Amino acid sequence: MNDFWIILTASLVAINASVLGVFLVLRKMSMMGDAISHAVLPGIVVAYYFSGDRTSPLMLLGAALTGLITAFLIDWLAKKVKIQGDASIGITYTLLFAVGMIMISGWFKGNVDIDLDCVLYGDIAMINLDKIIVDQNLYLGPRAFYVELVAGLIIFLFVILGFRGFKLLSFDEDYGLALGINMNFWHYLMMGLVSLVTVVSFEVVGAVLVIGFLIIPAATAQLITKRLIPMIFTACGFGIIAVLVGFYLANWMNVSITGAMIAVSGILFFKVMMINAMVSRKKLRVKMH
Amino acid sequence: MDTFLDFISFKDPNVIYVVLGVVFINAASALIGTFALLRKRALIGDAIAHSLLPGVCLGFLAAGEKNLIFLMFGAVITGWLSTFAVDIIVNRSKVKQDAAIGIVLSTFFAIGIVLLTYIQNHASGQQAGLETFLFGQAAAISRQDVIIFLVVLLVVLVAIIAFYRTFVLVTFNREYAITLGVKVKAYEFLITTLTVLSIAAGIQALGVILMSALVITPAAVGRLWSDQLPKIILLAVVFSIISGIGGAFVSYSSAQMPTGPWVVLLLSAIVGFSILFSPKKGIIARYKKSRENRLKILRENILKSIYVYHEKMMDKSLSLQMTVTDIMETRRFDTDDLTSGLRYLTHKGYLAKQGKSISLTDSGKKESKRIVRLHRLWEQYLLKKTTIDSDHVHSGAEAIEHIITPELEKELVKELGITGIPEEDY
Repeated sequence: MNDFWIILTASLVAINASVLGVFLVLRKMSMMGDAISHAVLPGIVVAYYFSGDRTSPLMLLGAALTGLITAFLIDWLAKKVKIQGDASIGITYTLLFAVGMIMISGWFKGNVDIDLDCVLYGDIAMINLDKIIVDQNLYLGPRAFYVELVAGLIIFLFVILGFRGFKLLSFDEDYGLALGINMNFWHYLMMGLVSLVTVVSFEVVGAVLVIGFLIIPAATAQLITKRLIPMIFTACGFGIIAVLVGFYLANWMNVSITGAMIAVSGILFFKVMMINAMVSRKKLRVKMH
Repeated sequence: MDTFLDFISFKDPNVIYVVLGVVFINAASALIGTFALLRKRALIGDAIAHSLLPGVCLGFLAAGEKNLIFLMFGAVITGWLSTFAVDIIVNRSKVKQDAAIGIVLSTFFAIGIVLLTYIQNHASGQQAGLETFLFGQAAAISRQDVIIFLVVLLVVLVAIIAFYRTFVLVTFNREYAITLGVKVKAYEFLITTLTVLSIAAGIQALGVILMSALVITPAAVGRLWSDQLPKIILLAVVFSIISGIGGAFVSYSSAQMPTGPWVVLLLSAIVGFSILFSPKKGIIARYKKSRENRLKILRENILKSIYVYHEKMMDKSLSLQMTVTDIMETRRFDTDDLTSGLRYLTHKGYLAKQGKSISLTDSGKKESKRIVRLHRLWEQYLLKKTTIDSDHVHSGAEAIEHIITPELEKELVKELGITGIPEEDY
């Protein structure tokens, strides 16, 4: 039963991240996602410090704000200070990650229940310790599962309602501007959702590996299809496959579950890429004959 | 204060190793980082740093203990493989570079985590301290490590000095380098290898996640202060070393403070300082410059409208006494702007003020003639040499009159054959 909840929760993380990842990959903003996922660390530490029991939704939202600040800071450095785009990303996320680490090992030492391993790859094996139980005996599942579920609903709602905006953002931002749509609003809404995913997934997969859930399934799906909606579903599919294979692999080898899931996801990407290259070479040969 | 004295006098011999180690690492990564940044490959450094982890673990598995040479060898190999993997993805599929970096970074890092947890769960006690490679632990730098860091720094330094011209060529004009017959691929391989080497050396102090800061940030700061490559490199190295020593001091004075994050924090503080105060690209300098430009344009416009007023009054000697209202009737100014502009011009001796009446001094006459002349020369040029409609020439001249240099003025005169101040005769 415990395994079931772990797989279910990880699958939810994969779905939430893949949906947003598709947009990030299409917008060539994968590294922005990487930066945000590293940079929410200080926000998470502060949220844990003040909420204590690490579950207050308000605190999670506050932590997600750090991600938005990161996006603002990167845009500001690139556009106003005119620091090269890739350097702006590097400068911003290392700064915020460093602040987070100083908070963990220095200022809040002993007051915050986070250790550095958790930052890296989360505690997915531990999620069953924090259960939701009603009426003292009706076991509803781990708390992390419900946190992911709520985040998933929020993302689902925003993507459905704002589909037109996100689509314009991903394919033709200039056209959107010409239509008089405030593209900045959609950009920062998306960045907000990315930070939300990172923050809520922190306990489960850590702040560093979440980038794997965001980017890899989405990029794999991009290899297979060009259409947006099939791409989103394919990405979710690849994410779930990686979760399943990774989980059993990790159990068999007795290693980090999250690490195994992302490793499988990455290997899957390379496999698909190679098969793709082979298929297109064959097609080329058929055409030449 | 005592702590500070203890620190700079190396009372604790370990401090020497930490400081020297950090100085060598920071110098090496800032040197090679400048080339990575200018080649627009800053984030590859990020991918490399994350990708060192599986190499470190494999090196440990191969050596069976924490042997720095084995660990670094493994790290260099996987770090180098990661840049290779990024190139393959970009060249063989339609996935763009940013996504390729994200994929490689997380896959390698995840494999590293898998190996790390494998070692923790299977190997015998020896693995203690392997985790320092994740977040870095400068305090653990030993005498042997310092020697290795020095070797890395010397290799990077010698390579850059020996191949400086080619590196510059490959960095700034790859296509031209190819046409010259330079073996671009080989030099890029060399630059990549040097980058991997310095990052691999640095992870012990900063860890795999923050190491990208040492590659990217110093060079970015250098760019803020200068456009010349030697200066950028020098500044990057100096700033990086300063923050390295600063970070070592902070963690020396407070045992629970980690060195790596403080180095990054201090580097970022230098970035912040540079963004504000850098003489050319700083926010303050840019604001000052745009303000000066605005004021210059205002003053020249005032002088011009005084001249135009005289022209309206059919006075060739430019010696009429006029009031503020007369100027306002010639051209609309913001009242505050006009008052401050007039005060400045009087102060500089272009205008003479007697009670409420204003008149041009000799130098004022000269200056106002100069500006009107430039304005009209440009109008004539647009009319005669281009096909711009006559109702558009004035606004074009309005903008350019303030920035025409004496050389350009001579060219215009030569082109148009006009002496003196042309009339507005279109």
